[in-house]
Amino acid sequence: MQRTFSSPIGMKAVMAVTGLAMVGFLIAHLAGNLLVFAGPEALSAYARGLRKIEGILWVMRSGLILSVFLHIASGIRLSLLNQRARPQKYAVKKRVKSTFAASYMLLSGLVILSFICFHLAHLTFRLTHPEFAALDPFDIYQMMMISFKSPVLCLFYSVSILLLMLHLNHGIASLFQSLGIWHGNINKFVQVLGAFLSFALGIGFLSIPTAIFFNLVQ
Amino acid sequence: MILDAKIPSGRLEDKWREHKFNMKVVSPANKRKYHVIVVGTGLAGASAASTLAELGYQVSAFCYQDSPRRAHSIAAQGGINAAKNYQGDGDSTYRLFYDTIKGGDFRAREANVYRLAEVSVNIIDQAVAQGVPFARDYGGYLDNRSFGGSLVSRTFYAKGQTGQQLLLGAYSSLSRQIGAGKVKMYPRTEMLDLIVAEGKARGIITRSLVNGQMQCFYADAVVMATGGYGNVFFLSTNAIGCNVTAAFRAYKKGAFFANPCYTQIHPTCIPVSGDHQSKLTLMSESLRNDGRVWVPQAKGDKRNPKEIPEHERDYYLERKYPSYGNLAPRDIASRSAKEACDAGKGVGPGGLGVYLDFADAIKRVGKKVVSERYGNLFDMYKQITDENPYEHPMRIYPAVHYTMGGLWVDYLLQSTIPGLFVIGEANFSDHGANRLGASALMQGLADGYFVLPYTIGNYLASEKPGSFSAFKTQGESDLQKAKERTQKLLDIKGKRSPSSFHKSLGHILWNKCGMARNKTGLEQALREIPALREEFWQDLSVPGTGQEFNQQLEKAGRVADFLEFGELLVRDALTREESCGGHFREEHQMPDGEAKRDDDNFSHVAAWEYHKDKDPALHKEPLVFDAVKLATRSYK
Amino acid sequence: MKLNLHIWRQKDKNAAGQMKTYTLDGVEESMSFLEMLDLLNEQLIAAKDEPVNFDHDCREGICGACSLVINGTAHGPQEAVTTCQLHMRSFKGQSDIYIEPWRAKAFPVVKDLVVDRSAFDRIIQAGGFISVNAGGVVDANTFLISKNDADKAMDAAACIGCGACVAQCKNASAMLFVGAKVTHLASLPQGQVEKKERVLRMVKTMQDEGFGNCTNTLDCEAVCPKSIGVSHIAKLHREFLAASLTTTSNS
Repeated sequence: MQRTFSSPIGMKAVMAVTGLAMVGFLIAHLAGNLLVFAGPEALSAYARGLRKIEGILWVMRSGLILSVFLHIASGIRLSLLNQRARPQKYAVKKRVKSTFAASYMLLSGLVILSFICFHLAHLTFRLTHPEFAALDPFDIYQMMMISFKSPVLCLFYSVSILLLMLHLNHGIASLFQSLGIWHGNINKFVQVLGAFLSFALGIGFLSIPTAIFFNLVQ
Repeated sequence: MILDAKIPSGRLEDKWREHKFNMKVVSPANKRKYHVIVVGTGLAGASAASTLAELGYQVSAFCYQDSPRRAHSIAAQGGINAAKNYQGDGDSTYRLFYDTIKGGDFRAREANVYRLAEVSVNIIDQAVAQGVPFARDYGGYLDNRSFGGSLVSRTFYAKGQTGQQLLLGAYSSLSRQIGAGKVKMYPRTEMLDLIVAEGKARGIITRSLVNGQMQCFYADAVVMATGGYGNVFFLSTNAIGCNVTAAFRAYKKGAFFANPCYTQIHPTCIPVSGDHQSKLTLMSESLRNDGRVWVPQAKGDKRNPKEIPEHERDYYLERKYPSYGNLAPRDIASRSAKEACDAGKGVGPGGLGVYLDFADAIKRVGKKVVSERYGNLFDMYKQITDENPYEHPMRIYPAVHYTMGGLWVDYLLQSTIPGLFVIGEANFSDHGANRLGASALMQGLADGYFVLPYTIGNYLASEKPGSFSAFKTQGESDLQKAKERTQKLLDIKGKRSPSSFHKSLGHILWNKCGMARNKTGLEQALREIPALREEFWQDLSVPGTGQEFNQQLEKAGRVADFLEFGELLVRDALTREESCGGHFREEHQMPDGEAKRDDDNFSHVAAWEYHKDKDPALHKEPLVFDAVKLATRSYK
Repeated sequence: MKLNLHIWRQKDKNAAGQMKTYTLDGVEESMSFLEMLDLLNEQLIAAKDEPVNFDHDCREGICGACSLVINGTAHGPQEAVTTCQLHMRSFKGQSDIYIEPWRAKAFPVVKDLVVDRSAFDRIIQAGGFISVNAGGVVDANTFLISKNDADKAMDAAACIGCGACVAQCKNASAMLFVGAKVTHLASLPQGQVEKKERVLRMVKTMQDEGFGNCTNTLDCEAVCPKSIGVSHIAKLHREFLAASLTTTSNS
């Protein structure tokens, strides 16, 4: 075990499994949040519903927190090793097959991390907007309406989501490769799946702040 | 000196088996006390080094490349012969033996060749056990193909990269021994001299190509697996680094050099494209299984080949050799191409090329099958010439490819210097005057895995281990001489680069001692080479110093030896007043232009002995044929 | 063609290097890239200048010695060829060419464009073989190997050990090289016995030599002159994970 996870291949597997868990969370998170388009009641009902399965939720939350932690820790460790592997840089260097997304995973990852911190402070711990205190704690709808009317916040969310999309664009296909699932016809499927999922998640999340900003949500 | 080939008595079929039994054996506990040096890590060297280490000897291995995996055996494409008779087409040890003797134009030793055919089957087993991915048929059995000079399918292959796969197999064995600490590997190190004391080989002088450090390595026996000397022609299919230095230094220390005039010109190479050309690229002879060789019937016909109608083409190999057709042996196919071009029918730039046409094959089996068989070769051709061989017939021309000559060795692969063993292409032993396709890999591995490891024991068993330590002053003095020589190259400070001299030498040899030779030309070459050598030592320019990585210095040292060796080659060609295999003397031909052998006067190995201040002395080892009847080689 | 060549010059392993520019005239399109460098060297020798050192040997794309990063791409702009098989016709209309050595901590520069790739040899020495001594093996047709498996093994075994994968990878990772050897041997029945120890040892040596790690960018397969694909890295992952999770020995 120790040999597995102290090795780069083991660390990549950890990144893949934790990445997969986070993708699962994102799908569920998006599905819930898209209820904003169904109106305030639907969203509050969803929030209240979640409260009823608090026990299970905490298990999942712990898994998610652990995933986030392991994902970041392995990512940084691998990156440090990789930095060391080429002390003298090239004068001219081209990307051949690698994508923009693949080249800047650490960067997009770190920005997403800071976004998550803000996002938690914003809508989970509600530290950024004192006016949220006056609202019903389950009135997520109203909180979103207040937040995303602000061009700054809307822009910040949008940019972060775009980076998330970029990160997932490489990350989803890559996690299959890391787990050794990259073979013959499968890799075409995996690449399409990665592109589709990242795009769908990105558009889905992006739709919420932009729709609110442009008054498309009643 | 009488050359004793030490051929065991007894029936041909029993010689090797009985000899193995009769040889002296070093006990397992004593083996580790012996130190053996192996120079060169191609098929022969890598297989010998790993096998010796497996047996328990202490081995040091040397190669000039940055890794033993890069030796030029890696470039062999077509395959490796073995008398497995897996195809049930009547192959046998005897048939492989006979084909090899005949292919070599009856200028090889029967006993050696028979042993080669015998152990050929073990090589395939060994390679498969190592994980060499030979081609398989749909049932999972090993596949075979046919090759030039043979009427049975006995060639095993791994796509068009058989040499690579076999070398990587040997390299993996060697790597295992290096990893286990049984072989000490010295890459980027070249052998500059052989240490001989009290008549025996005691070690070598080397130079590190990384920092120029020169030093002595001592051993109880030295094995040279240093390849052939084809690069003496400048342009050849050999790797740029292939050289004769180690073999030539051993020659100067008393090892006889045998049959240097037997050089093989391979028929299917990509023609020269210009004066800047640095090497020639071979395409596997297996192409001749499906490709048809032709030239236009009319001289100077510059039409697009597709516009030349069938009846205006001359499929000259099929015409002249109906039973073998396009599969005629290499020397014959090469000379026929030269004849066609000399007659003004050549195609492409300078008229130095003939067509190798796959249109019929594509029609017969489809483009897909042709691409499966030869795809990588076609790609390579396109890469180099910018022409698509699926659409346009390939242009090919012969090029120097392999050298059958080499240091003289007896049946035990020992040179005339006791303790110096020579294996693979570096020796002269098994191919006679012409080597058949897919036999080089066979010989290299046979020597390294299955012959030398036994025969060297016979020598070592009567040597006291470590006796070389008494001769270190000899080593130091040789080291000093080698240092002086290297410094001399640096001190000339003339104007011409090592490459330019190499090119000039190549011109002389290719024109006067190439595919066809005659007395006048050879005598001219014997005057021109010493003159060029003189100029070399006056006007060479080698920038940099000897204490650093200096590729020009490496090159200069090698060219210096080629300049001496070339003369020996020409001398041998001049002395051999007959045509046989790769050696074609225009004065000695049949009325129809076929080679005319002279068995009465030249059925011998010509072994040359170095003399410091006079011409080399010729020693003859008569070739005795008991099992086969000498016959005119006919592929008609 | 007339070219401005920007070439990395470095005296030895410990010296600092820099890019130097040379002008070369008389380059023909039918020349190979290395013949173009030969021409440059002839010119430099004539001018009593130091010629450029670069690794090369077979010049037919199989020995794996040549190793140049040309305009930012290992082995130059053309797919599936080595530097020695690249021809100047690929540079039509260009006037500036940047030539650098492989750059990786595990491949220190020896001189100019020459690097030390012995780390690859040490990886093979750690386990890239089947432990079999000469002689005493079974008949070659004892193992029946499906054509599919034999072909798969051959595709992996085609690696020439040039190191372009490492040179191009943004992390200087050697996983394509290691993956190809692991796949080659693990695809064959002969290679099964040692497959776990093999992959564990090879991966460990790879780490110890200071190579970086794969982040699945696919640049390695894009520059591999033998078109070895990253599916071999996936296979390496599977083999390593299976072996490391199920073996207890301390190999």
